[in-house]
Amino acid sequence: MTGITKRFPGVVANDGVNFEAASGEVHALLGENGAGKTTLSNILTGLYRQDEGEIELWGERIRFHSPRDALDAGICMVHQHFRLVEPFSVAENVVLGDHRGEGRRVILRTSATERRVDELSQRYGLAVNPKSKIWQLSIGEQQRVEILKALYRDARVLIMDEPTAVLTPQEAEKLFDTLRTMAGEGKTVIFISHKLHEVKAVADRVTVLRGGKTVTTVDAAPATPRSLASLMVGREIDVAPPLEQARQLADVRTLEVDGLTVLGDRGETAVNDVSFAIREGEIVGVAGVAGNGQRELAEALSGMRDIRAGSVRVAGRPLRGGDPREAIRAGVAHVPEDRLGTGLAPSLSVTSNVVIKTYRSRSLSHGPLLALRRMRETAVGIIGRYDVKTPGPGTPVRNLSGGNLQKLVLGREFANDPLVLVVAQPTRGLDVGAIETVHSYLRDAAAKGVAILLMSEDLDEIRALADRILVIYEGEIVGELHAGAASVEEIGLLMAGGARE
Amino acid sequence: MKLERRLTQPWWLSVAVPVGSLVVAFALMGVVLALTGHSAWETYRKIFEAGFTGNGAMSATLISATPILFTGLAAAAAFRMQLFNIGAEGQLYLGAIGASWIALQLGDRDVTSTPVFAVAMCVAAAVLGALWASIPGVLRAFARTNEIITSLMLNYVAGLLLTYLIFDSSSYWRDTSTLQARSFPQGKPMPEASNWPTFGSSVVVPLGFLIGILVALGLWVLYTRMRFGFEVGVIADSPRAARYAGMRTRRKILSVMALSGAIAGIGGASQIGDFTYTLDGSPTGLQAAAFGYTGIVVAALARYNPFAVCLVAVLIGGLLNAGYTLQGPDFPSGLVGVMQGIILFCALGGELLLRYRLRITRVRAGKPVAEASL
Repeated sequence: MTGITKRFPGVVANDGVNFEAASGEVHALLGENGAGKTTLSNILTGLYRQDEGEIELWGERIRFHSPRDALDAGICMVHQHFRLVEPFSVAENVVLGDHRGEGRRVILRTSATERRVDELSQRYGLAVNPKSKIWQLSIGEQQRVEILKALYRDARVLIMDEPTAVLTPQEAEKLFDTLRTMAGEGKTVIFISHKLHEVKAVADRVTVLRGGKTVTTVDAAPATPRSLASLMVGREIDVAPPLEQARQLADVRTLEVDGLTVLGDRGETAVNDVSFAIREGEIVGVAGVAGNGQRELAEALSGMRDIRAGSVRVAGRPLRGGDPREAIRAGVAHVPEDRLGTGLAPSLSVTSNVVIKTYRSRSLSHGPLLALRRMRETAVGIIGRYDVKTPGPGTPVRNLSGGNLQKLVLGREFANDPLVLVVAQPTRGLDVGAIETVHSYLRDAAAKGVAILLMSEDLDEIRALADRILVIYEGEIVGELHAGAASVEEIGLLMAGGARE
Repeated sequence: MKLERRLTQPWWLSVAVPVGSLVVAFALMGVVLALTGHSAWETYRKIFEAGFTGNGAMSATLISATPILFTGLAAAAAFRMQLFNIGAEGQLYLGAIGASWIALQLGDRDVTSTPVFAVAMCVAAAVLGALWASIPGVLRAFARTNEIITSLMLNYVAGLLLTYLIFDSSSYWRDTSTLQARSFPQGKPMPEASNWPTFGSSVVVPLGFLIGILVALGLWVLYTRMRFGFEVGVIADSPRAARYAGMRTRRKILSVMALSGAIAGIGGASQIGDFTYTLDGSPTGLQAAAFGYTGIVVAALARYNPFAVCLVAVLIGGLLNAGYTLQGPDFPSGLVGVMQGIILFCALGGELLLRYRLRITRVRAGKPVAEASL
């Protein structure tokens, strides 16, 4: 791919990007969020069309008019969010959308497909039963189905978009083996990631994107995480923030959770009999593979989800649960996983979003009337104090970047002097600079005595911030470790349910 | 050439686009008129005269504009929260039923004060309209049914109820005083004192229209200056964010539906008090006018802004009114419909340009307004 340029209104996502990958290699595409990795792969898979630039495949210049052209050319992509039909079986999902062979037939010969899927899964070490329905499978197994889909279509180029976010370290290691097998057979694997150690572990070569431009392509073997990070960010940074020394904490239990059971969206038990306590000024990390009850736990604490059984107490006072207003009054602040949409109302102004929880307060309203000027002043105060970059307090928040959205949410939540702060994925999608800022805000809050429950898929983040780590697996706390003493392997094993066996 | 989403909307655009849409509409209609052998210029002059400038034209226009002002405001009030109350039609019938009932009741008790009548009629109409709208409201809030379907279906129920109240021999609303009325069902005439006053001499402004403008003012204050409106705005934009912030979404659904229904109901009272002076339940009466549905169009054209609803209601009222005048042997009513259709089409098409912009050449993208995340 040479000179690829793609513009979106108000932003150039790819600006003259050059990228080439050889067959038989695992080629990592490294870059911060917003660097243009996803745009580039969407162009390669025919989802977008480039404004400028050429794509050559095996020396032949090509132009895709639709994703189907790309599929026919042997380019397959495994997206971050899987494209699977839940009530269908593995084999059915594999033939679905295969425009060449089995998928075009009126009557499907399921048994033949199943045999072929079985064969492939054994060859590449992708253990999955072709007869199972997708909804019965774990996230890791679903990812295998996505890879099987590509193999079944004889993909010659496989693009994996951030594949490890949903995997435990052990599962990720298995995935890397599969990818190396594929590369060994002469296929090209493009591995998109912003996690340095993974890139180092799996890739032969690395292309670094920054701000929509190609920075360079380097061999993975001699590169260090530190050198890759500075290429990615454009300046020197400390890759692994030093672990905090164990701090002296007052023995005041700000948040007490006892036997908490919460139902998920489908009525299943998402959080099962969970008990823990957080002291004043303590940061407790919750480690776990995505979808093991973290979101439900956060929502139960912030009142967005009913409490089925058990109790939640904030500063000794019990919460009834299921009422966000009650939780806000009790001093529970919540930074949700889904910043834009749950944490913020996208089309509304910065001002409206700043006062979204406090507009009822006496300082921001005169009876039923809003105190518009004071609302604006409050917003301007938070914009200044937390360094939110915005054209003005009247700008709709959806025009803000991810980092600034998160600063805005954190600033708002801190402004209400919370006792407890529940934060989910506080730095997902943020660039390195913003991550540092968010981490320092969280540390400051803890220093002021806020009890913080930190949920993150990023183990390094949890290890860097938390005093204690709880490991959640299938809605249960399966382990509790002291941050200083816990190794990644140990946490990873617990995350995979290792304590059960 | 491609359409792009606008990141920001310059303020002048919200004026330029509707005006531009009208110009395009008139140009298109010129073609249609020329093809059918009419002078475009002459026709436009007639429309303008019959709708707005002619002798008594404005007074007639206000008569058409008043009911769609109310139904337009009713739709706008609900649509602002993404609550699609299509039932202004039925809520207006219920308002008319309530207003006529209280007027007849007060008449039976020999009340003669017109202000008492007007206030009582508005209150009764608002209450009945609100109750009727609360049926889809409650269903939406507690059973998550789709309010579009339930409110729409209730329009037919309301229509049948209206017909029943006039056709039922023992109905309180049915006039049975004369032999003719006994054989041809019609509503009882309202007591004299219940006829609402009008204002102005050269242009006759019905009381209902003034009430409508007051309601618009009230809605504007409610939606831009009050906590109620703030909550409505958040719920409309992201129900999840509203829940997260501790807003009572259910309560808001109930109150917005009731508010919407009450406004449509007052429209029904205005019909009785200002214009018909009787409950006209026949299928060719109140039901044929389709005020509720026209109101949806009015609200959409006004982009749910209550002041714009006032303006658009007068404009559409004028066009409806001119339509009746234009119709004749050499000008079929179908052609009038085509012209009204073109105007609506262009106005709604213009909406697209408000939210998107056309880019013809491959120019470099302008300075980003803010970093957009990919």
